[in-house]
Amino acid sequence: MGKTLYDKLWEQHFITDIDGDGLLYIDRHLIHEVTSPQAFDGLALHKRRVKRPDLTIATMDHSVSTRSTSLDACGPKNALQLKTLIKNCQEHGILLYPVGNKNQGIVHVMAPELGLILPGMTVVCGDSHTATHGALGTLSFGIGTSDVEHVLATQTIRQSKAKNMRVVFNGKLPSGVTAKDMVLALIGEIGHAGATGCVIEYCGEAIATLSMEGRMTICNMSIEAGAKAGLIAPDQVTLKYVQNSKYAPKGAQWQLLEEYSESLFSDSDASFDKTVEIDVSKLAPQVTWGTNPGQVVDINSVVPNPSEFEELPVQSAASKALDYMGLRPGTAVSDIAISHVFIGSCTNSRIEDLRAAAQVVATGKVASGVKAIVVPGSARVRMQAEQEGLDQVFKQAGFEWRLPGCSMCLGMNDDSLTTGDRCASTSNRNFEGRQGRGARTHLVSPAMAAGAALHGHFIDVSKLGEVRVAIN
Amino acid sequence: MSPLIEVSSVGIPLVEDNIDTDQLLPKQFLTEISRQGFGRHLFHDRRYLDQFEQQPNPDFILNQPQYAGAHILISGKNFGCGSSREHAPWALADFGIRVIIAKGFADIFYANCLNNQILPITLAADVVDEIAQRSCFYPDSTIDVDLRTKRVTYNQKVVSFDIPQHHQTNLLNGVDKVGRTLQVLEKIDQFEQFKSRYA
Repeated sequence: MGKTLYDKLWEQHFITDIDGDGLLYIDRHLIHEVTSPQAFDGLALHKRRVKRPDLTIATMDHSVSTRSTSLDACGPKNALQLKTLIKNCQEHGILLYPVGNKNQGIVHVMAPELGLILPGMTVVCGDSHTATHGALGTLSFGIGTSDVEHVLATQTIRQSKAKNMRVVFNGKLPSGVTAKDMVLALIGEIGHAGATGCVIEYCGEAIATLSMEGRMTICNMSIEAGAKAGLIAPDQVTLKYVQNSKYAPKGAQWQLLEEYSESLFSDSDASFDKTVEIDVSKLAPQVTWGTNPGQVVDINSVVPNPSEFEELPVQSAASKALDYMGLRPGTAVSDIAISHVFIGSCTNSRIEDLRAAAQVVATGKVASGVKAIVVPGSARVRMQAEQEGLDQVFKQAGFEWRLPGCSMCLGMNDDSLTTGDRCASTSNRNFEGRQGRGARTHLVSPAMAAGAALHGHFIDVSKLGEVRVAIN
Repeated sequence: MSPLIEVSSVGIPLVEDNIDTDQLLPKQFLTEISRQGFGRHLFHDRRYLDQFEQQPNPDFILNQPQYAGAHILISGKNFGCGSSREHAPWALADFGIRVIIAKGFADIFYANCLNNQILPITLAADVVDEIAQRSCFYPDSTIDVDLRTKRVTYNQKVVSFDIPQHHQTNLLNGVDKVGRTLQVLEKIDQFEQFKSRYA
């Protein structure tokens, strides 16, 4: 019987069985300030060293200010965390891209754009959105700090093999509907825990025709469906994205990578434990109404009535969510008024995301009473956007144009919301209190967030098609 | 790490689905650089009426005196979903939780529990509901968990749970996993040499 791409990646990195777990070799370990300090403490406690500092890369993203490159900009606790990362990287000889460096950014944005992530790798990071890198045909997943310590000390991770799940996106995506809408629709379909215990391979016509940025958006939110990881077989889109990046192999090494990439696909007779098919040809932009990403409807719908759900726990969760969100069943999604807009996060802060948002933003001004910010995912994305004049489009419309970081996705810096604020956000989680205690989050695509910023409520950006303006 | 063998305690019935790591430990506590002292921030938003943790919310179950000192938490599906922050299990452990009985766990959280000597037990939804009801109506009734026999005893009933044998062994012995893996360092080194595919 054939093998899935996940099976192949597992086998190629399998070193040995250890007490019933598989011991997998890790090709790339990404670290940041929040989940690494206790891991380095653990190493010190046992007088252990980092086994492969050369395979470990650090950046600063969660605790950084988006207004200033000063480490002290967000108070002494954030500063201590950032300075601890500098100290740990110096002590162990780990390359760090700190705030202010042209390669700094959200770890899941900067690493792929620098060519640090190559097809066929295993990638881990102490961050659940590490699944992002699966878009480049890698096996990538988030780990806790104890496992960060394990990887630092051994360059391996212990794992039980997950199940294989396949998600086929059929059809052609309508204009104005994006990768974010695809993955939100998927989570709406299978639920917030629909892929628990599985590695998802995404495929189908709508994946094959998707850009790398879009593929990363989809793999990024695999965790929101409960999946261990999400991945996509590499193709020409992948290789083109990687080639010529800073750390991509050159010359003969590049040829080898190209040849190797051709072997990275699921065999036609491979068997999947689960398959889900979704037709995207009639998909409309998605908006979450609740407090988990599976509580989602399209822009033309109304907020559901909890009694519509079959299971009792789902009903009570829906009631609780509506209560928190301050929404009434039957309210048209397009009537929901917002107070804030956040365009950013490891889900949607890449250049294509900013272009899509800017296309909409260029048609108007931020509605009165709405505070809107754009936080590019990396210093390189920011620079590229400025070269294209996107920053001017945002600023002229009334958006704030910020420095790269995780920012309001979780508000570990001062980009936090307060009780009653309602935010159209391009991030990945709408949990209670995620963006600030009592704050309400609606997850949407960048174009949808831009539309909400201009109108003060959600609009169907897929109907804007013809009025979009060209930038530059 | 200290072994986890058996735990007897009252249970805290918090049977909701999708208790996420942002609820367990909100982001403002993630700037700490040690593993200590997270217990008092556990469920911060729900447990306190104010941001300074001076006013306990009397309606929240962790503040109800009958559950004080409990080592067992009872919950719903997809417990621990969301972020990989190990600060969430650190907070649970520091609060005193040693066993979580739930209808299901998120994958990363499950692994993080095992790395912190917290036993995650998945049981059928109706059994979890029954245990939770008992803890709700008879808060002083004890739940006994024995990891050696993989059994939960409540209200004179016994129910078995599954846990992969290696996880069971590691918890029972409080194994230093890094130390254990370093025992096969030679194999890792050999693999590294063999592997240099395109490095």
